[in-house]
This record gives sequence, structure tokens and C-alpha cells, in this order.
Amino acid sequence: MYAQMIQSTGKGVKTLDEMDPQERAFQERINAGGKIEPKDWMPDGYRKNLIRQIGQHAHSEVVGQLPEGNWITRAPTLERKAILLAKVQDEAGHGLYLYCAAETLGITRDEMYEALHEGRMKYSSIFNYPTLTWADMGAVGWLVDGAAIMNQVPLQRTSYGPYARAMVRICKEESFHQRQGFDIMMKMVNGTAAQKKMAQDALNRMWFPSLMMFGPSDEDSVHSVQSMAWKIKMNGNDELRQKFVDQTVPQAEYLGLTIPDETIKWNEEKGGYDFAQPDWTEFFDVLRGNGPCNQERLQTRKSAWEDGAWVREGMLAHAAKKRATRLAAE
Amino acid sequence: MSNAALFQTLLRLGDNTLVLGHRVSEWCGKAPVLEEDIALANTALDLIGQTQMWLGYAAEIENEGRSADDLAMLRDVWDFRNILMVERPNLDFGHTMMRQFLFDAYHRTLLTALKDSTNPRIAEIAAKAVKEATYHFERSAETVIALGDGTPESHEFMQNGLNLLWPFTGEMFECDAIDAEMAAAGVIPDPISLRDTWIALVSDTLTEATLAIPQDDFAHKGGRTGRQHTEHLGHLLTQMQWLQRAYPGANW
Repeated sequence: MYAQMIQSTGKGVKTLDEMDPQERAFQERINAGGKIEPKDWMPDGYRKNLIRQIGQHAHSEVVGQLPEGNWITRAPTLERKAILLAKVQDEAGHGLYLYCAAETLGITRDEMYEALHEGRMKYSSIFNYPTLTWADMGAVGWLVDGAAIMNQVPLQRTSYGPYARAMVRICKEESFHQRQGFDIMMKMVNGTAAQKKMAQDALNRMWFPSLMMFGPSDEDSVHSVQSMAWKIKMNGNDELRQKFVDQTVPQAEYLGLTIPDETIKWNEEKGGYDFAQPDWTEFFDVLRGNGPCNQERLQTRKSAWEDGAWVREGMLAHAAKKRATRLAAE
Repeated sequence: MSNAALFQTLLRLGDNTLVLGHRVSEWCGKAPVLEEDIALANTALDLIGQTQMWLGYAAEIENEGRSADDLAMLRDVWDFRNILMVERPNLDFGHTMMRQFLFDAYHRTLLTALKDSTNPRIAEIAAKAVKEATYHFERSAETVIALGDGTPESHEFMQNGLNLLWPFTGEMFECDAIDAEMAAAGVIPDPISLRDTWIALVSDTLTEATLAIPQDDFAHKGGRTGRQHTEHLGHLLTQMQWLQRAYPGANW
């Protein structure tokens, strides 16, 4: 997902009886479906986990501008260019709400950027894959935004108030993004032979990386159990992946495209599709920085930050001068 | 009033927004702060939206079966009618924002006058676009002031941008036979008549930004007439038009 492999305290989940009264009250409030707000008491682990998760989500939105920005200047029509610009603008906006949500937990946006640039914080593995043809703009909307929605819709009910509220707005926009992606795919599959080939090629390259977005199986993960008890993770990774596959297979059939997995088969008994797992070695390689675009994506962000230092300093200096003038006048 | 002159006039309007919108969109994901990423994408989006209106109308007036997309994606350099300033590469953020500011001040002034055009379609498009241009101007002027009057380093970036761009501003106010014909019919204002308002807007902001207006009034020209663009436009088109050129006739 946009937040993958989030580490928790790793100590396992305490029972209500093992908790002190404060922590117990906190957990009972979550169990009852209540929201935790920035000024409320919260366990350190909850705070740290949320910072990692929301921060990683925010970084994903910001880095996620790059693979699509790669095609804004080559969009084939004025309308497509306008739609893609609007979409990327939404993503930057999502980044902004999420950084703001994380800031309510006592970290600054600049600190999160620093952690990203130094490799201490991650962004979703999916954005380390290249966008090679215009059909990739369709596939990113259809598959990547589609996978993101699977996770983000339940997060509207997450226990941390600012995160849940940011997610409400994000989900509305993501569903528009997914539809525009599918619309691009429709045009491609109904187009020329070259366009159909592009569409199939995009699906071939994006399918398994999209499945990886949900993270490895978390059946036995201590981290996931704790996050689920805190309601900052609402569903298991396998459960969401299954839901995504079940939703996407009929859409691919409708498009007349072939999912690059010969084992995909409807399983009547489980009421879902059987499908092949992605290559998890590749996933861990990408997380370690060895994906096809890791180096470029991070370098682009670092350069943007470093080249823009004079702008940020200039703006701050001017704001300070204005404040001083105002104070002197009072 | 000839349709040929009206067509050229509409290209001048639409090519400015198309080429500048494209340049601004090149910033995607690379701005100095996230708020600027959002603002730049928003500005580019407005400009591309205006392009659809101007070039859409231009295609109707031409009446040769071409669409706004055909005009954007299938003309070569010599048929573009934008001013040279908007095709200049972005360089740094200071140069980009100074270009935006100098253009916005002109664009707002021009669109305000075009609201009273005798051509109802032009008046209608201008009425819509001027709201966006006014907002763009307020934002770019604020940025120019903040960075001009920020640190010595930011001041230097902005002054360099202004010095590089100033010789490209004169073209905005040049008047040729097409402009004269359109102005006589009340379709557009005489370009020269916009200069006083523009210089007043620009001077106020640049003074507050502690920036010095270059005293040389030499002007590079040739974009609006299509006589001679810069080398940069061809490279911009190779990117912008690539898909339409590589896969002719496809629907996207």
C-alpha cells in the first residue's frame, strides 16, 4: 500500500488487564469506535507508528507525482494534459493534508523530508517503477490508484481523527483518478494495434508491482496485529490483495486484456480468484533501494529540495521583515 | 474584418497560453516547496484550459476541419504565434516566476480589455480567463516581492531573471497590420495602449521587491508574427507533439 512494512513496537499486543488505567481508557475508546485527537493522551508506540505510516503515505503522494509528471509534457491531447495536471495537483494536495496530519503528532514536515532524503523513511515501492508509454498513465490510475483505494476507504474509519478526516477527502479524489485511468485504458484497447499493444504491455509490467503494494502476507506479523488493535490498520494485507484481484480480473476481461498470470482461476469455494504471488525477492530489493527508479526518484526529490533552498530562505526572510515592520508600526 | 486576421489573433492568444502552460507543467514534482508544486500545476491547468477555448475558436474560424488538438499538436514552429518570452526554458525558480509575473501583468491587462471586445466569443472567453489571470498575477507578484526582498541570494536570482527577461517584454506591445485591422474593428485593443497599464503594474511590484528595471528598451521580436522563434520552441514541440506525430490518426 502507500504505507508498507510499517514497524510497530514489536512487543506484541497487551491485553486490557495488562494496561495501566490511562492506556486502558485509550484502548477502550478505540474499541468503542471513538476517535483520538491530537491533544489526547496516546501511547508512544501509537504516536511513533502513526508518524511512520502517515509520513510514508505523504511521501508516496509527493514522489508519486514524478512517474506521472514524466508524461504531462507528452500528453497526447489538451484534454488529457489538463486531466493529468489536475490529478497530479490532487496528489500534491493529498501530500499536504497528510503532512499536516502527521504534524499534529509532533513532527515537522521538514523533519519528515530529511528522513526521506536520508533514507530513514520510505515511500511506496510502486513509484520506483518506470512509466514507459502513455498507456502507463492509464494503468497507474486503474491499478495503482485502484489498489490504493482498497486500503484507503477503510482508513476513513481509522482511530486517529486527523488521519481519518484527511482520508475522506483523499478517497473522493482517488476514485475519480481510478476512473480516469480506466478511461485511458478503454481508449487504448479500442484504438489502433499499437495502442492495444501499449495497453497490454502496461498491464504486463504493472500487475505484479500493484499486487506488491499491499505488502507481504501479514498473517503472523506482530506489527500488523498491534496496528489493527489500534485501528490504524483496518484489514490484513492478504485480504485487501484478494479484494483487489477479485475487482480487477473482470475489469481486465472487459478491456480484453490478459493479466500476466496463467494461474488466475475463479475458486467457487472461496468465492474469489486464485492467483500467483508476486516475486517477493524483487519487492525487498526495491525496498532496499534497488528498484528500477529508486535512485532517480530520490535524487529528483533531493535536488528539488536543495535547489529550492534559496527560495524557502528568501520567503522566510521576507516574512520576518514584514513582521518586524508590522510590530514597529504598532 | 477578415477571418485570416481573426485566426492569427486567436493563435496569438492560444499559443501564449499553450506554450507557457507547457513550460509551467515541466515543474511537476520539482518545486522548492509542496505548496508551489500545487500552485504551479494549478496555473498550468488554467492556461491549458484557456488554450482549449482559444484554439477551439481558432479552429472554428479557420473552418478547415482542424480541431484545437490538431492546432496544438500538428503545427510546426513557423506556424506558432506565441511571444518569445513564454517559450524560454524555465531555468531556475526565480526566472520561472519572474516570467510568470511579467506575463500575468500583461495577460490580465489584455484580458480585461478583451472583455469589451466587439467579438462576443472573445469577450466571453476573456471574461472567464481574466479571473484566473488576476489570481495568477496576485500570486506571482507576491512571490516576486517576497524573493526580491528576501535574502541577498534570492534578490540576486530575481534580478538576474528580470535582466534576462526584460528584452522579451517589448514584443507584447508591438503592433502589426493584423493588430491594426483587429483594433480598428474593436476586436482587440491596440497593443501599444496596454503598455502604460502594464508598466504601472510591473513598476509598483518591482519597486516593492527592491528590484531595478533594466534601462535598455531593446526588444527581441518574431514570435507573434512567426518570423523567427527561438531555438527552444522546436525542442518543446518535439516533446509536446511526440505521441500525435509518432502515431498519426490515433484516438487518445
